[in-house]
Amino acid sequence: MNFDDTPQEAAFRAEAKAWIAANAPRQYEDELRKASLGRVALKGANILEVAKAWQKKKADAGWACLHWPKEYGGRGASPIERVIWQQEEGPFGRLSSMFIIGHGMCGPTMMAFAGEEQKRKYLPPLASGEKIWCQLFSEPAGGSDVAGLRTRAEKQGDEWVINGQKIWTSGAHYSDYGILLTRTDPDVAKHKGLTMFFLDMKSPGVEVRPIKQANGASDFNEVYFTNVRIPDSQRLGNVNDGWNVSLTTLMNERMSIGAGVATGFPELFDFCNSLMLEDGPAIENRAVRSKLANWAVKASGLKYTSMRAISALSRGERPGPENSIGKLVAGSMIQDVATYALDLQGAAGALSGPEDAEVAGKFQAMLLRAPGTRVEGGTDEIMRNIIAERVLGLPGDIRVDKDVPFNKIPTKGRA
Amino acid sequence: MNFDFSDEQKQMRDEARKFLSEQCPPKAVREVLDGKAPYDKALWKGLAEMGFLGVAIPEQFGGAGAGHLELCVIAEEMGRALAPVPFSSTVYLAAEAILIAGSDAQKQKWLPKIASGDAIGTLALFEGKGNPSPKAVKVTANGGVLNGIKKPVADGAIADFAVVAARTGSSGRESDISLFIVDLKAGGVEVKSLTNIDLTRGQAEFTFKDAKAEPLGATGEGWSVITQVLDRAAVLTAFEQVGGADRALEMGRDYALDRIAFGRPIGSFQAVKHMLADMYVSATLARSNCYYGAWALSTNAGELPEAAAAARISATQAFQHCAKNNIQVHGGMGFTWEFDCHMYYRRANAVALGLGSLSYWEDALIDRMRKKNAA
Repeated sequence: MNFDDTPQEAAFRAEAKAWIAANAPRQYEDELRKASLGRVALKGANILEVAKAWQKKKADAGWACLHWPKEYGGRGASPIERVIWQQEEGPFGRLSSMFIIGHGMCGPTMMAFAGEEQKRKYLPPLASGEKIWCQLFSEPAGGSDVAGLRTRAEKQGDEWVINGQKIWTSGAHYSDYGILLTRTDPDVAKHKGLTMFFLDMKSPGVEVRPIKQANGASDFNEVYFTNVRIPDSQRLGNVNDGWNVSLTTLMNERMSIGAGVATGFPELFDFCNSLMLEDGPAIENRAVRSKLANWAVKASGLKYTSMRAISALSRGERPGPENSIGKLVAGSMIQDVATYALDLQGAAGALSGPEDAEVAGKFQAMLLRAPGTRVEGGTDEIMRNIIAERVLGLPGDIRVDKDVPFNKIPTKGRA
Repeated sequence: MNFDFSDEQKQMRDEARKFLSEQCPPKAVREVLDGKAPYDKALWKGLAEMGFLGVAIPEQFGGAGAGHLELCVIAEEMGRALAPVPFSSTVYLAAEAILIAGSDAQKQKWLPKIASGDAIGTLALFEGKGNPSPKAVKVTANGGVLNGIKKPVADGAIADFAVVAARTGSSGRESDISLFIVDLKAGGVEVKSLTNIDLTRGQAEFTFKDAKAEPLGATGEGWSVITQVLDRAAVLTAFEQVGGADRALEMGRDYALDRIAFGRPIGSFQAVKHMLADMYVSATLARSNCYYGAWALSTNAGELPEAAAAARISATQAFQHCAKNNIQVHGGMGFTWEFDCHMYYRRANAVALGLGSLSYWEDALIDRMRKKNAA
């Protein structure tokens, strides 16, 4: 049992470290380091431009999408090398947030289902950040039950005509391309009538509208499709086999490990270390200490769970679905941590202006963002289902709509 | 990075599991539960023969000289099987105290007997309610004899010797406390069995009346040794707790797969699935914290105090959580004497207290994290 790199890993780490030291945009390091929670923004610079420039620089030197094959813009690196890169890239990795969906989900789906010519055309600019991709799956009528989606694709000659609406699309407003899951046959059971495409987001009939979230920010969009035409050559997988194609996409979403999830604990610990309560320092208060200790062991438990997964990668094993505990634990923890940080301040805890709030309003922002964290990318309940079914081997839910044609499934809860 | 046990260590875990599944099935645990024996003597002998009692004891003192990582994997299996033997008292507490503070002669006298299964040892620390604290130690040591009362003492009624914390000064500081070894067969100690919630592990009260005692380590350094022993024992016990938590989770999972209600396995209901998923989450977090503790223990790292507290808290929570929800998954049958669920529930709640309760370790963790932060 040790935390040491193998000689090969150490050599790779040294190379990555040296390149990052010589090339990273150091002028933003402090701001990026502090932006540990919520949205990353830079004062006096356009984050999108800075991010694209960093990604292009990495791609030119062979440090983009490390685990992708070289011919598609990657490095052909091993999974453990990708983790080492993430560790070394540190705060600069936060500049990759707008590429995560494209690199983590769209790219692998294209790699598995697009034609060779398409792969060579579309993947390298995706890897280098010159083109940004989004994923168009969720709909108002299909969130956790994504196969309940209703956006129609109808064949007309060599083209498909798309009509419908997507929701919760991250980055649609700055994306160049998207992968799109549609319904092509409403007369069969819901999983059996779906088809996947990729499309140019600038296509006529695509309209992107930002969603104003409960916390006031807009990280996501609604995307409307009105008679949007997609050539049949941009279909991914067979007609009506879109569900299986989407499983490839979603599987990749959950493969990303080692990045570390935000729990809010380091911030809370620092805060309690400096906070004075009526009867003395918060950190010496018995109730505070008990709360902190409970969160401390969750945070360290997550950290070492991730190290166990990295060790499995290092041995050449494939980490399993047990890694879905990260998001499940961290999501509700950050909410509880933020609630408690405000509670410790009494009435003043409600103040969220940067000039009045402790730690520049970080905990208030965390509190207001946290409900979304527990929903996006698989709700807490879906994560528990995944653990129960795929790790513990419990039976799947009994699905009352399983053998019902999609257009016969009830659409309203109460008449 | 290889933040995992080696193949040899995993093999040892498999051997221990196989041995315990044969020699320590629930039926054997029930012999002790039902009061037919104070502990499983045959199992104790078997553990000695397998080399498990002395796995972390150096070869020169009759042990296998393997190490603490090997002891961790065995501890996990002991917890999983609810082994009704004085393993933790003898191996994690008494042997570790002697390894840390004993003279060569003391090591020669006791460690080979521990490894061979011929001596059961324990640590006599507590004196009534409360967590480990030098202030709570009232038993006195004067002129080579001890006087006073210790309780509860784990496995005290079956122990051959005890490491005893006693007061040798009155300055109000930690340096008032020293450690002694008392041969319990040599007279001067009244031993009384005490009933406790875990019927598979005994607790006792010791009354020392001019009991002859031999110093263990230097006078005034007892509390420092106690702290080190408790940290080591915290990691090892945490492995037992993780073993118990995993077994309770498995029992719940298996029952949820087999039990039919409302025309379907109860494991297909989300209320049950999610309960089991949460049990898996706490057991996984605890296991990962334990691995860090094992690393710190085996390398004697400066991180051990913090890692031990984290492992202890996390594993205590996980075992209690899994044991109680295992009963919930089982419904009414989980509340019968006949089903094994209550044996895990009893152990989970008793072992949560033995080295100091959660609040003690929570306090310790925050103190240690602050110290690290300040450094």
